[in-house]
Amino acid sequence: MKALPHPLAPELRAVSTRDLLWLIGSLVLVIAPHALRAPWWLTLLTLCLYAWRLYLTLQRAPLPSRWLVLAVAAVALLALWVEFRTLFGRQPGILLLVVFSGLKLLETRTHRDAAVAAFLAYFLVITNFLYTQSMLTAVLMALSLLATTATLVGFAAPHRESRANLRTAGVLLAQGVPAALVLFLLFPRVQGPLWGLPQDAYAGMTGLSETMSPGTLSNLAQHDAIAFRAEFEGDAPLHALRYWRGPVLWDFDGRTWSIGPEYRGTPPLPTEGRATYRYAVVLEPHNRPWLFALESAASIPDRARLTFDGQILSTTPVRSRLRYDLVSIIAPEPPRTEVRGAISRALRLPEGFNPRATALAAQWQASANDEEIVLRAVEFLRAGRFTYTLEPPLLGLHTVDEFLFDSRAGFCEHFASAFTFLMRAAGVPARVVTGYQGGDLNPYDRIVTVRQWDAHAWSEVFINGRGWVRVDPTAAAMPRRVESGLARAVPENAAMPLMMQERMEWLREVRNRWEAVAHKWNVWVLGYNPERQRDLMQWVGIRDADWRALTAVLFSILGVITLGLLVWSLRRLVRPDPVQKAWRAFCAKLARRGVERAPHEGPRDYTARAARSVPDARRMILSIGELYIGLRYGAQSSASRVARLQRLVRALRVS
Amino acid sequence: MIARLLDRNPRLANWVWGFTPPERGTVVLVHRRVYIVPTRLGWLFGATLTILLIGSINYALALGFGLTFLLAGMGIAGMVHTARNLARLAVSAGRAEPVFAGDSAQFRLYLDGRVAFDRPAILVRHLASGAQLVLDVPAGGVGEVVLQVPAAQRGWQALGRVMLETRFPLGLFRAWSYIEPEARCLVYPRPERSKLPPPSAEAGHGAMRTATVGNEDFAGLRGYQASDSPRHVAWKAVARTGDMLTKQFAGESGAELWLDWQLLPGALPLETRLSRLAGWVVEAERGGALYGLRLPGVEIAPAHGDAHRAACLQALALFKLA
Repeated sequence: MKALPHPLAPELRAVSTRDLLWLIGSLVLVIAPHALRAPWWLTLLTLCLYAWRLYLTLQRAPLPSRWLVLAVAAVALLALWVEFRTLFGRQPGILLLVVFSGLKLLETRTHRDAAVAAFLAYFLVITNFLYTQSMLTAVLMALSLLATTATLVGFAAPHRESRANLRTAGVLLAQGVPAALVLFLLFPRVQGPLWGLPQDAYAGMTGLSETMSPGTLSNLAQHDAIAFRAEFEGDAPLHALRYWRGPVLWDFDGRTWSIGPEYRGTPPLPTEGRATYRYAVVLEPHNRPWLFALESAASIPDRARLTFDGQILSTTPVRSRLRYDLVSIIAPEPPRTEVRGAISRALRLPEGFNPRATALAAQWQASANDEEIVLRAVEFLRAGRFTYTLEPPLLGLHTVDEFLFDSRAGFCEHFASAFTFLMRAAGVPARVVTGYQGGDLNPYDRIVTVRQWDAHAWSEVFINGRGWVRVDPTAAAMPRRVESGLARAVPENAAMPLMMQERMEWLREVRNRWEAVAHKWNVWVLGYNPERQRDLMQWVGIRDADWRALTAVLFSILGVITLGLLVWSLRRLVRPDPVQKAWRAFCAKLARRGVERAPHEGPRDYTARAARSVPDARRMILSIGELYIGLRYGAQSSASRVARLQRLVRALRVS
Repeated sequence: MIARLLDRNPRLANWVWGFTPPERGTVVLVHRRVYIVPTRLGWLFGATLTILLIGSINYALALGFGLTFLLAGMGIAGMVHTARNLARLAVSAGRAEPVFAGDSAQFRLYLDGRVAFDRPAILVRHLASGAQLVLDVPAGGVGEVVLQVPAAQRGWQALGRVMLETRFPLGLFRAWSYIEPEARCLVYPRPERSKLPPPSAEAGHGAMRTATVGNEDFAGLRGYQASDSPRHVAWKAVARTGDMLTKQFAGESGAELWLDWQLLPGALPLETRLSRLAGWVVEAERGGALYGLRLPGVEIAPAHGDAHRAACLQALALFKLA
């Protein structure tokens, strides 16, 4: 056999203008979301490369030499390096792929190269998920997949209408959904990452940090990003009771509060209080270990621990959306004891800062006990006509003094910092607690959504005989802050995120509805992890589902799906013609009697011959022949005639 | 190695390929006969999916898993579609007109889709000669291919094994099937151009109006006979009178030409003899003579016309082959 070129081999099939248009269309769709983040020149360069390739095809011009393509690649690399100072991060790496899609087109001659470019498009779709995995992204993904797949179908069927190819691509994707669903649910999930990730892999996550200085929280409060959502069993607690506890800050250097070293020991978990709440939290990734709990947590989630000051820390930083269940008790009996060294640490202050505040505190200390000091400080803040603002004036060296006596305007971190300072200066052990306060209760799905603008800081003081007690100095000065949120606490015309403004009520309505759906998406699609997979397995009755069991179940279901598809494809193929079937049965019956139909023999000759050889069934044979000829070759076809033919053939006795 | 094994054991080959050649009538590609393997592009697609999967695990991308698995599901569906593109396709062979050795036999194959969907991009490839064509079988219709298979030797040439292949819709899988429909083409000996022999002396009983043979001077019209070549029908006269009339040329009616095996030099090899005789037949028919053919054991009475020419050439084609 001669080795002739194979007309179906993709290496030998040149791309047509139509193929190229489809390919470029799919690529444009795929890089569109990347363009939102890419430097403008890079998007422009990539589009120019696409346009160049298209121009060459339209002009029937030869493709540029390899050296020219390499030169363009080198320039793109250099420009990227200038922009990012590295090529190995996540962002520059992905942008490099975007440019490569254009370069690949420039050396695409055959369907093989074009198919590789289409696979690159699939790859570019997934890189977008590193930034966003919203429902909108999913819709865009579906569109990109459809276009890219239609492109591939076009390569395989160059003479077919594009519409038909698009339809085939849609059918293929739709038929892939059951298998995809099974794989998604049952493919053994491993908790990543498998290896070290680039440094900037978790860049851009917002949230509370280990430190708090003037401006930290007021900056954070300008973000409308979601911190976490909480889904309560039953009613959610009132807004003023929703203190979500986060990092506890012990050490003060005159300006910044920080967490400091951790001590040994854990406080006992409370067992009773005013009310108990059970709820699940879906925490957005923030790249820190702490988990937020409604004060005070009465249980610890899996793979998390309690520190000596009551923080709940995950064993690893939260880098993907995390769901955990919790029980919290409002206003519990606090533990009366404290670990050694903690009390003296809660009194420590740096030397030489805030003389005026120190003097005021010393005055209180001289004339009152601890509880009275706390009350006096609260009273001092309430009477001081403080202003609550998202844009506090800048403070100098003595941050507490300047806030308390000069500017009198600040955000919750100023209040918490000043109050804690006053307490310590007056000899009352105190610490700063950061976290979130409040959160919006969505009336549609009863879920409390806590955003970064709900970030809050408050204080805890240690009272002998009562333990650590929460004091919220912001609430003392600005009661509306904790009763109904930030929006009502700051003055009307203050700069605030658009969505928080009061007159945007209808917009918030829309947003609430959208978020109720988005939450479901987050929990059920994006939040599907090894634990949920185990739960699902248990729910269907497979206990201790290890990867072997999962794989076995997975492959059996996939096999069934493939078989189902085969049956579907045959359903329209194997459609036994009842007339033909009856005729065959008739021939077989006569053949047993020795009257076999010769291959060349038509039905009329055959039945005539058969009627002669089997005279006792003569009439029957002849009418079968007539019926068959009428049904097979004539215009007359009716269900009753077919039935009659079948009946006659069944009734025929020739032996 | 496997190919050689199958060549040596035809029964094993028949079992492997699922049919016994040649196949009479319409060949239906049942599932048993359609094979499918991933193409190189298919393996590349698999590698891409693996990379996507690892990336999804590493970065815990739920949508990444979704994308990877959707593509995997699409690949499976594509495989089924590729197999379906050939499944239960009905192939039948048409009549192949006789050709002279050295020309190409035109084997006609009809691919009946028999279904409501179309079957695009099906490659039909004649294995022995490499003749190949790609065609789309329309929905509910029949696709027709003509395989131009070189005819080297006189006699009956069987079509032989034909491969049907498709990679539609994604190019990730390649499905193929072998068929060997019963189709044959009669191959006449290669005609050798040479001077016609003189009319034989036996032609005495015919009224010889003129001695010149091969003269194509128009001599008149006569009534049409079934064996007359359409080329000699006087179509203008037919249109005018409504009667079928045949043009007669001078020298035609009387000259009986015997194309005799014996007229050729005895030393001539068999095939050359047949070639020369075939050349004479072609030439005599073109000249419009009445000619007969005489071979050892075969005699065809003088006549003329397409049917007569075909009979003579067939006798030459099959001489000593049966």
